[in-house]
Amino acid sequence: MSVTYIEAIREAQETLLRNDPRVFLYGQDIATFGGAFKATKGLAEMFPQRVFDSPISEDAMIGLAVGAAIEGLRPIVEMQFADFSSIAFNQIVNQAATHFYRTGMPIPITVRLPSGGTAGSGPFHSQSMEGIYAQYPGLVVLTPATVSDAYHMLIDAVALDDPVIFCEHKFLYRWLKAKSINGDLLPIGQARIIRPGKHATVVAYSAMVHEAVRAADHLQQDGWNIEVVDLRSVKPLDIDTVLASVARTGRLLAVGEAFPWGGVTAEVVARVTEEGFHLLDAPPQRLNARDTPVPYHPKLWAAHRPTPESICQALRKLLTF
Amino acid sequence: MGSHCLKSIPVPHLDMPPFTDGALSNRDFLRSVFLSMLRARILENKLSSLYKAGKIFGGVYLGRGQEAVSATLGTALIQGTDIFAPLIRDQAGRTAFGEPLLDCTRTYLGSVQGPMRGRDGNIHRGRPKSGIPVMISHLGSQVSVVAGMLFARRLQGRLAGCVGATCVGDGATSTGAFHEGINLAAVEKLPLVLIVANNQFAYSTPNHRQFACADLVERARGYGIGGFAVDGTDLLACASVITEAIRRARQGLGPQMVVARLLRLSGHGEHDDAFYVPKEVCDDHYGRDCLDVAMRQLVENGIATPEEIHVWQDQIAEEVQRAVAQAQQETPPDPYNEDWTALATRFPLLVRQSATPPVCP
Repeated sequence: MSVTYIEAIREAQETLLRNDPRVFLYGQDIATFGGAFKATKGLAEMFPQRVFDSPISEDAMIGLAVGAAIEGLRPIVEMQFADFSSIAFNQIVNQAATHFYRTGMPIPITVRLPSGGTAGSGPFHSQSMEGIYAQYPGLVVLTPATVSDAYHMLIDAVALDDPVIFCEHKFLYRWLKAKSINGDLLPIGQARIIRPGKHATVVAYSAMVHEAVRAADHLQQDGWNIEVVDLRSVKPLDIDTVLASVARTGRLLAVGEAFPWGGVTAEVVARVTEEGFHLLDAPPQRLNARDTPVPYHPKLWAAHRPTPESICQALRKLLTF
Repeated sequence: MGSHCLKSIPVPHLDMPPFTDGALSNRDFLRSVFLSMLRARILENKLSSLYKAGKIFGGVYLGRGQEAVSATLGTALIQGTDIFAPLIRDQAGRTAFGEPLLDCTRTYLGSVQGPMRGRDGNIHRGRPKSGIPVMISHLGSQVSVVAGMLFARRLQGRLAGCVGATCVGDGATSTGAFHEGINLAAVEKLPLVLIVANNQFAYSTPNHRQFACADLVERARGYGIGGFAVDGTDLLACASVITEAIRRARQGLGPQMVVARLLRLSGHGEHDDAFYVPKEVCDDHYGRDCLDVAMRQLVENGIATPEEIHVWQDQIAEEVQRAVAQAQQETPPDPYNEDWTALATRFPLLVRQSATPPVCP
């Protein structure tokens, strides 16, 4: 008996619909069809009038969710792909994210973004948008990397009064399995040391956590003990856990799947440099996707994003500085 | 449902069916609308003076020329039941829907006691808990928000008898948000009333650079919603048509769009002298001042006397003075005591004690 990452997301939504009458689901092809990735499979039948197909109108989908939140509901909106949330960008960053600061009334909406690359998906079905949303005040941005986090962080996301951008990784959907959804139940805003080590710290999130762990396991053969920190939440960012790890290891590599200009890895490196410069034995490093659109062909795609091999390479450079 | 393109407006008579289903007679309804028009005009004239005297931070945006449309809408909507999402030129509708003058002066003058507490200004204000969502500057984006409020009420079983209204200008009809919002509301058959105040200029851009259809009301047919055209400078016509659109939405006939033709009798903001508006447009029928027309209609129909109107003017001028003076005396926001957080959640959260997923109340 095992649970996949996408099953955990489906289970969380079922739990939420069952336990909280304020919750409803809204998105493209999510009712009868069960969603492009089947994250809402069967839920429309189980919860009539709680799961709705939307028109292909990402802007209006978030506008509707904001209006529903004003009236006391807790909508979960599924973007079919994170990439399409660019159409909803205005409603997310200007309407939802500014509302609490401007009016004192929070907007508890959860926007699910099927994020990140999979082989053959190409430029418009592969993007990682967490850095863009994290840039804006008024949003919580979550990036679960484990089955347990996919379940519990989605439950937590809906309980938060603020708008949450829930970045779930499409590669993990069916690849990642666990025995159950049980986990350590860390709260949102706390990072996890997913693999302890002493020679260098890799900070990662979402699918890159698994690539980083593979790289660390590989380097273990050469005697290097690499610590891997799973951020879990990129906003808020648990810089204390990162700093504590860097204090032990003296070396930092931040790995992300998003484009290289700015973003989460830049923020991690900047904050560690700012607050923990004295802890560093080597210049902190970043590893991101390349600065091109995400390519279609699997061979190009595999060389576009960080891989266990490129993480190993970056770590060797860091360890021998 | 279907499209009702009432392009030729029947000349309204006061003895026609009541404008509202409420307790107001048509006579009292029109007096009420007119008072809101007058209140908005006098308040906005004062705001303009304050702007020119350098007393206001940021811009001042007037609804001059749009009061008949806006006030009719705000008066016909039911406070405490309906939703009204005003846009930039809806001071008259806001007043009619019960927004206190102090909300306006406090927001323009940056009083910390206003609904926006200095965090947002001018027409970016509202009271979402009271059915007045707060606009953002991105045009067309309130349409789907009002749709969402109505959608939520339907899920909660409290939609019966409610309508939600919002206003846009001709410029907003070119946005994707406008299209997405109306289409969504039409698909869901929500009781949405959409007022398009076609004031002929989006900032400086004239209609012929904004859209290519003969009349914006034609779009209603494409969306599968009700469509009405009205002379926005004519109070009696507005009262007749806008209340009919609201009635149909309230009856469950789905979204209703009213395209009101008029002319913006100011610049985009008070920084703009509107030099680009040709004289022949100003001299055109739609260039007339709806407040003058309304005054004449009230007097000619024996709804109000010129003497009464003068008394109202004096009373309102006094109210406006008080609202400005009070806001000016109030405390501005204090950056040293400002709560500089955009999130309602205070992180870090405590570690959870139990493995059971939380059951929300």
